[in-house]
Amino acid sequence: MSVTAPAIDTMPVRPVRASRFDSTWVLWIAIIAVLLFLVVSPFVYLVITSFQTERTGEFTFANYATAYGRARYIDALFNSLKLGAASAALAGVFAVPLAWAVARTDMPGRGLTRMLVLATFITPPYTGAVAWILLAGPNAGWLNRFYMMATGAEAGPFNIYSFTGLAVVIALYSFPYIFIFTTAALELVSSEMEDAANILGAGPWRTMRKVTLPLALPAILGGLIICFLEAIALFGSPAMIAIPARFNVVTTQLFQFFGNPVRVEVAAAYAMPLLGVTILLVLVQRLIVRRKGFVALTGKGGERRPILLGRWRWVVFGYAMFVAALAVFLPYIFLIQSAFAKAWGRGFLLDNITFANFRFILFEHATAAQSVINSFVYAGVSATIAVFLTLGVAYIVARRLIPFGGVLGFLCVAPFVIPGVVLAIGFYAAYAPPPLALYGTALILILAFTTRFLPVGYVNASAAINSLNPEMEEAVRVLGGSRLTALRRVVAPLLKRNLLGAWLLIFIPATRELSAAIFLYGPNTKVASVMIFDMSEEGNFERLAALALVLQVLTLPLLYLGQRALGRDFMLRRNAT
Amino acid sequence: MSKLVLKNVAKRYGAFEAVADFSLELAKGEFVSLLGPSGCGKTTTLRMIAGFMPPSGGSIEMDGKQISSASGVVPPEHRRMSMIFQSYAIWPNMTVGENVGFGLQVRKLPRAEIDRRVDKILDVVQMRNLKGRYPAELSGGQQQRVALARAIVVEPEVLLLDEPLSNLDANLREEMRFEIRRLHDEFRITTVYVTHDQSEAMVTSDRIVVMNKGKVEQIDAPHVLYGRPKSRFVAGFIGRTNFVEGTLQGNEVRFDGFGAPAAAVEGATGGGTLLYSLRPQAITLSAEKPGGGGLSFEAEIVDRSYLGEYWDYQVRPQAGTKPLRVSTAPTAVFEVGSRVWLEIAPSAMVRVE
Repeated sequence: MSVTAPAIDTMPVRPVRASRFDSTWVLWIAIIAVLLFLVVSPFVYLVITSFQTERTGEFTFANYATAYGRARYIDALFNSLKLGAASAALAGVFAVPLAWAVARTDMPGRGLTRMLVLATFITPPYTGAVAWILLAGPNAGWLNRFYMMATGAEAGPFNIYSFTGLAVVIALYSFPYIFIFTTAALELVSSEMEDAANILGAGPWRTMRKVTLPLALPAILGGLIICFLEAIALFGSPAMIAIPARFNVVTTQLFQFFGNPVRVEVAAAYAMPLLGVTILLVLVQRLIVRRKGFVALTGKGGERRPILLGRWRWVVFGYAMFVAALAVFLPYIFLIQSAFAKAWGRGFLLDNITFANFRFILFEHATAAQSVINSFVYAGVSATIAVFLTLGVAYIVARRLIPFGGVLGFLCVAPFVIPGVVLAIGFYAAYAPPPLALYGTALILILAFTTRFLPVGYVNASAAINSLNPEMEEAVRVLGGSRLTALRRVVAPLLKRNLLGAWLLIFIPATRELSAAIFLYGPNTKVASVMIFDMSEEGNFERLAALALVLQVLTLPLLYLGQRALGRDFMLRRNAT
Repeated sequence: MSKLVLKNVAKRYGAFEAVADFSLELAKGEFVSLLGPSGCGKTTTLRMIAGFMPPSGGSIEMDGKQISSASGVVPPEHRRMSMIFQSYAIWPNMTVGENVGFGLQVRKLPRAEIDRRVDKILDVVQMRNLKGRYPAELSGGQQQRVALARAIVVEPEVLLLDEPLSNLDANLREEMRFEIRRLHDEFRITTVYVTHDQSEAMVTSDRIVVMNKGKVEQIDAPHVLYGRPKSRFVAGFIGRTNFVEGTLQGNEVRFDGFGAPAAAVEGATGGGTLLYSLRPQAITLSAEKPGGGGLSFEAEIVDRSYLGEYWDYQVRPQAGTKPLRVSTAPTAVFEVGSRVWLEIAPSAMVRVE
């Protein structure tokens, strides 16, 4: 090829003073302003408000005196702790054998088990709670009726409206966290590590006790802590079960402080232990998982042969199906029955079947259909904001475009330690009063959702960015493209899938968010989760079941989309938490 | 006028000097390699030339205009250079054709012109038939060719290569060395090539800059570097060598087991220990006493390895303690323990310290 001599680039060489103080600073300030607004300010207002007198705003300790001044308020605190411990322990009992069986053994139906855990994971806890009210309500609950039918007894043994009932229901819908953590860890234990123990004379049980289990232990502990935190931060299930059972936990007590009249100052003061415990345990969890991080290091590579269980495989399979029956089969069977029933208590009779419940919630109810639309719109907007914001921050941090970029990253993950209920109180304290007066607007819900799910977005965005070799972008620049061109032509197309995945991981949970929404919605901004909660208070289980199923069915195509883009397990990967 | 000039360029990270006082002038069309062990500052220097890093001191000029100094740098996108990265950095979301055409597109050339040039360069690197493929469908060598084509098609003022062959297997690496030199002979683009592989540098370069710990050790043509290394580091880094210590005693330099007239070896001045480099190829082995005019003395074979292309002998001079390394043709076979004669041309002894 003959070289055509004239230079094809006529761009003048710029004067040398292309300095380092340029537009990146504007961007930095903009992002920090947004993060201050979303993360720091609600937190600061939460603390300040807890020391303020209502209306006058004077400094006071009175809120704390009120919040901790009655025995039943203190009881609620301890109830939460007990509930957290009980449901985390139960969740461990459900999750660990399943995780071990799926990750390390030849149990039949491992794929099926994974699928059922996923089904559990995408079932909102309050939907599970409703299903269990149908199953184990005193007298009318199906399990009690079957028991009475079978034994001829006068009453059934099950009562969902009890501490135990609540702990079981919470455990059933939070055990996937432990499952995710534990399978991830077990999948990193190579067979060679176990072989090494075997060849030195250890039998299978000793190997499991001395090698496999210790390697997975940090992950199990980490999962237990997450379940504990999930349980004490949960609002829906306790509100549906504990209140009729006449006991309170922190979140339901907070909700009562928020009832008429709203006593946000007292609520803020009362939220402090919940916040403190969460921060503390998240730190502990990080410490445990990080310190024992050698699992990931040494476990890489090395093949993994499943442990052959022999006849025991059917026993283990039976246990997996038992857990699945409690979490998925039974609840969904009776939710569906109820959704299509004129009266759920009349059971599976042909003349009891009707579509009226669906017709009612979709077309006749004043706000039910609108609430579903609200949920999806708010979740969509939040997910979009969160994905792009965290992508920007992750990029800036990874490429060290500004000094102290790590601060931005920290702000993005900080909401992880703020329970939804507490976050909502912070948002209320910061943005309900004038000048912004956002209470009851769509905006406050969107912002709260965005903040709640920033950590999920950030973890995914920074993992995605870090998987990109910076030379990809440098190649663009050296050939004459700007950083923006590099982002547009190379980074964005390469991260498309990851961004879609992050978006879905925010969007799906955001469509069913209740803990924050219940404190911030207004008459025109009711979301589906709040609608379901209201219906449960009215005892309208047929219509409620129909609405809950509609919400679940609408999620399925999104799930499918995510699995197509990112693989079957995208919801169950570790960073999903 | 020189194409690219680096004047006393330095890069410091706190107290650590990654690059110190680096000066180099490249003539237009010259091919220069930066060669050194990892961490010697060669990649840092290259990234400063590309504009990805500002120098902490000194300046870089292209065509007489300053493009980098501690007070500011022209950003990489305005330097009209191109670069080949260690990872190739082929964009996996674009086809071969789109990858190669990217730089032309950024320069806003008309569509038809872009197509014409892309096809032409793909012919040069023998990749025309794979124009529509995505990078994931290419082998390592093919990706390397795409990277070359993408960098050359824009006819850059300066071409920068950052260890471009380090991810290829040995055979392909050798093939690509010649390919890179061939493309340079064809397009005569001023080139800076970073590598830690001496044979790569020797095959491709007009001149080689040997770097160590951030400092330039020597800048010379490959055969000069090999034949006349200026420092112990260069002698040891480029090829294999024997380091022999000598002392000046009267008219003679005494080495371990042999001596040479001071007048015949270079730099035979001063007291103390003189350190010389003696290449294994510069020593001749023979069974009989050689008749030539060089230094010759008796020795014993203490060890040997056969490497196919040559024999690698360890030979200890009769009167010495340490063995010397000697390379011979694969046909020159001597048993371990046998007596041989060594012959050395005094001019082959290069003083390095």
